[in-house]
Amino acid sequence: MAETSAKQVLFEPVFNNNPIALQILGICSALAVTTSLSVTLVMCASVIAVTAFSNLAVSLVRMQIPNSIRIIVQMTIIASLVIVVDQVLKAYAYEISKQLSVFVGLIITNCIVMGRAEGFAMNNGPWLSFLDGIGNGLGYSVLLLIVAFCRELIGAGSLMGYTLMPLVNEGGWYVPNGLLLLPPSAFFIIGLLIWGLRAWKPEQVEAPDYKMSRHKVKEAF
Amino acid sequence: MEHYISLIIKAIFVENMALAFFLGMCTFLAISKKVEAAFGLGIAVVVVLTLTVPVNNLIYNEILRDGALAWAGLPDVDLSFLGLLTYIGVIAAMVQIMEMVLDKYVPALYAALGVFLPLITVNCAILGASLFMVERDYTFGESVVYGFGAGVGWALAIVALAGIREKLKYSDVPEGLRGLGITFITVGLMSLGFMSFSGISL
Repeated sequence: MAETSAKQVLFEPVFNNNPIALQILGICSALAVTTSLSVTLVMCASVIAVTAFSNLAVSLVRMQIPNSIRIIVQMTIIASLVIVVDQVLKAYAYEISKQLSVFVGLIITNCIVMGRAEGFAMNNGPWLSFLDGIGNGLGYSVLLLIVAFCRELIGAGSLMGYTLMPLVNEGGWYVPNGLLLLPPSAFFIIGLLIWGLRAWKPEQVEAPDYKMSRHKVKEAF
Repeated sequence: MEHYISLIIKAIFVENMALAFFLGMCTFLAISKKVEAAFGLGIAVVVVLTLTVPVNNLIYNEILRDGALAWAGLPDVDLSFLGLLTYIGVIAAMVQIMEMVLDKYVPALYAALGVFLPLITVNCAILGASLFMVERDYTFGESVVYGFGAGVGWALAIVALAGIREKLKYSDVPEGLRGLGITFITVGLMSLGFMSFSGISL
């Protein structure tokens, strides 16, 4: 892995190896926070910080960790970082931390953090691991921000709390689509995003489990 | 008693861990290709949740809560910031203990659960339930019922999804949607179905 360039490590996860769309990591604590853009921004910043610094810390101590207890060690590092983030949010952004409720704590079990610590930081130097953490955090954030953008704009007619499309019940013209504020819409948007991403980069398409035989028209006659 | 019944219905259907709060999604999507595997994982989640939520409830109320250490002569100590670290430690330890107990006394079940037990430590649904328990200030009795209900709800969702996916693999899905994409949309439709429970309160 000596020749992997820093730039590649940083930008590869954003589109080519997106943690959500391709690696199926970290969907857990993410979707419930995407109803408004400002909350999502805070969540993304927290996740990027935790992934980057946990990768850095794990990579620094990777030579000292006995193999059999590495999961516990990684878990403790991640949990401590999440506690720091949680306390900072409570001190400086109390309203948003109330809206995020348990989901800040759930960053601990966010598979991205664990997955990158185990899969990348255990085998690579501190600097590259740090960049890999930022890159994967960014890949996660990009997808989350797109989802939040769609949900807040179409569901509530506003972005970051500013009204862009005045709602009907406030004397405007836009009838909001309430479905977009409910949980199922997040699944649909991510499903469609994955479709879009794979249409753009066809090499990410999964191989089918089962192939239908071709329909033979001649037999019908 | 009615209070507990209402709580369990709420935990299973209305506030379904997987479909309303998106918790445990990674395992939910990864291990839902076969019904048997999904069922095994579901049972394991029910057992772990029913044990960990009450244990974390005791720890929170007796040690971590603001002023809970008054019996030790430390009435001003508030350890609630240690919560996250403690809960995840308890969960990891409980899973480990359960693994050893099952291995010793119920080897059949241990073999059936197999690799799923250690996986559960990093399942967000488990930690999520403990955090919800703290946030909503459940009593000990409520936490037992809530832990069990949340587990059953999650198990129900994953078995249902696995049932759908077993049939889905024979369908002709557009190329880009194959695999993950169509699964997301299926889960979305299931979540829409579960929302019809949302008016229910006993």
